[in-house]
Amino acid sequence: MFHHPKKLVAGILASTMLAGASFAGELVINTDTSDPAPKAAFEALIAGFEAENPDVKVTWNLFDHEGYKTSIRNFLTADAPDLANWYAGNRMLPYVNAGLFEPVDDVWEENGLTESLASAQGSMTIDGKIWGVPYTYYQWGVYYRKDIFENLGIAVPTNWDEFKAAGKTLTDNGVTPITIGTKYLWTAGGVFDYLNLRTNGYDFHMALTKGEVAWTDERVVATMNNWKELIDAGFFLENHAAYSWQEALAPMVQGDAAMYVMGNFAVAPLKEAGLTDDTLGFFQFPVINPDVPLAEEAPTDTIHIPANAKNKEDAKKFLAYLARADVQTQINDTLGQLPINKDSEVGDDKFLQAGYQMLSSTTGGIAQFFDRDAPAEMAKAGMEGFQEFMVKPERMDKILERLEKVRGRVYK
Amino acid sequence: MGTYWKKNQQRLAPWLFLAPGIAMFALYVIIPIFQSMNISFYEWDGLGDRTWVGMNNYVELMDDEAFYTSLKNNVIWLVLYMLAIPAGLFVALFLNQTVRGIRIYKSLFFFPFVISQVVVGLVFSWFYDPSFGLLNIALMSLGFEAIPVLADETWVTYGIIAAGLWPQTAYCMILYLTGLNAVDPEQIEAARLDNAKGLKMLWYVVLPQLKPATFIAVVVTVIGALRSFDLVSIMTDGGPWGSSRVLAFYMYEQAFGEYGFRMGYGAAIAVILFLIMMVYISAFLFKMYRDEKGR
Repeated sequence: MFHHPKKLVAGILASTMLAGASFAGELVINTDTSDPAPKAAFEALIAGFEAENPDVKVTWNLFDHEGYKTSIRNFLTADAPDLANWYAGNRMLPYVNAGLFEPVDDVWEENGLTESLASAQGSMTIDGKIWGVPYTYYQWGVYYRKDIFENLGIAVPTNWDEFKAAGKTLTDNGVTPITIGTKYLWTAGGVFDYLNLRTNGYDFHMALTKGEVAWTDERVVATMNNWKELIDAGFFLENHAAYSWQEALAPMVQGDAAMYVMGNFAVAPLKEAGLTDDTLGFFQFPVINPDVPLAEEAPTDTIHIPANAKNKEDAKKFLAYLARADVQTQINDTLGQLPINKDSEVGDDKFLQAGYQMLSSTTGGIAQFFDRDAPAEMAKAGMEGFQEFMVKPERMDKILERLEKVRGRVYK
Repeated sequence: MGTYWKKNQQRLAPWLFLAPGIAMFALYVIIPIFQSMNISFYEWDGLGDRTWVGMNNYVELMDDEAFYTSLKNNVIWLVLYMLAIPAGLFVALFLNQTVRGIRIYKSLFFFPFVISQVVVGLVFSWFYDPSFGLLNIALMSLGFEAIPVLADETWVTYGIIAAGLWPQTAYCMILYLTGLNAVDPEQIEAARLDNAKGLKMLWYVVLPQLKPATFIAVVVTVIGALRSFDLVSIMTDGGPWGSSRVLAFYMYEQAFGEYGFRMGYGAAIAVILFLIMMVYISAFLFKMYRDEKGR
């Protein structure tokens, strides 16, 4: 066969042309949506897109969470897919700065997304450009054991004093008020976010995570002192540093703990473990400083086009499809989360409805999460400090000084 | 060409045979060492442009609490990990007998070395669990307070080392078992005739013959202690608040961890770790060299 190289080349050409005729393009998508619900949601999403665009063949590579965080750096530079999922806010900053994401302002303009996805535009914008399409978000707040609260005659606390009183009743009855597992640190970041948002407000919180305020500032100290009140009153699960967030679900299911400051993704495992709508409830984190407008935490998940993608045309089609109201309704119905598109419908699950009402009436602002609002190094040092503080609150000054030192180095 | 080859054949042949090995060693060991040293002078997130910062990474390291915590933990690891050697010797002596089914017992004792470090880490995490772990159930039944080993900054490193000693003891045991096979029965016989027994026999007759095994056991244990990464990562992820970090883990965290990607800083830690290892590696090479020459 080596005697007829021309024939061989022609043969290869013919076969690729045949392939080209049946598929206008191949679209490669990398995601880390490997948990059951997100996986099902993406299966449906891709099937729906393929049905509407029969000329596009989608190849979907599924990664596990932890592995994805490292592999994304490799595949964005070396072997870029056409689409990849990631997170809004500061978490996408390194890739935007390194020129690895493609700006998608045109997708937003052509499809009127500045209108329908307006609420997330801010967290998707860096340097005046929009870098991806958000498809879901979820609320944070306090998930609690409704039956325990009712048995002990505790009303849902709306302010700081009621919250502390509720905790006292619970501890008096041998129930740990709040379960938490801080082994992987970020859960402590959620508690800090809420305490700081309620003590000092959204603008201060954002200034702090952007590095504009000193960690030794008296307003941060005020937040930490509020936290210390809870710690001293025995609010948090003992030995929480030994547990992951999933392990910390167990005391709540068993009735040894009554509350969990968490994101809405905790509902699914709690229900799987046997809690129902009658025994599990949700309330907004109570007011601490009544002069501060209520701000909430609601991390947004997004999809981006890598700058090195081969099939950007179809990738943009996919983003436009993903942004559509009916598609977001469907995907979030499976995910058990909230759609970004304002014309989408929110599932009739009671936690989703509660979250939707809370977030759509939020006046104070919506934070992403401590490790998405603050740059990576600050986030790590901060959350490590919070974990230490929760076990050794007497070290507060030392911890804040250490964080201030990190701040001096990180934000240059 | 032909005559040159004939003249120098004796001199060139060894190098030709060594060439593949040297090439691999250079590509995967020597060159990366210098690359790491080079990267440690830059600030680099692994994606964008590098900026030359000179010794800045090292200066920062000298003022980094987490670095000193890791260094201190590494020293604790080095010292306590050595316990694996006498423990391994003890088990090997215990198992070095001809009883029915001894091979099964030997395999069972060797088992922890065969299973993955990840599994060892998980098993010990459950063992230490503050609410349902065996350790704390035992402690509480004896009337003591439960100790949350992995969530307590004073205990955590010792807890992880104890987990590490389990497979490491098995490793040393295997080294000694093979060593014991090579012990000369005639010398034992002669010592018996001279009325040596028990500890004296062990110390003056058996142990000197086990010297090569002891030497290898020390080397692998030192290196095992310095690269203790998997157990820390699985059991505590460096926590609580970074108090169980060791240099290898801190390096990984800074360079590749979720909140890291400071390649330059990670490389600087790697260089320090390399320098520490270098002390042992040189001692090892020096001894090998001396032994070879002695022959």
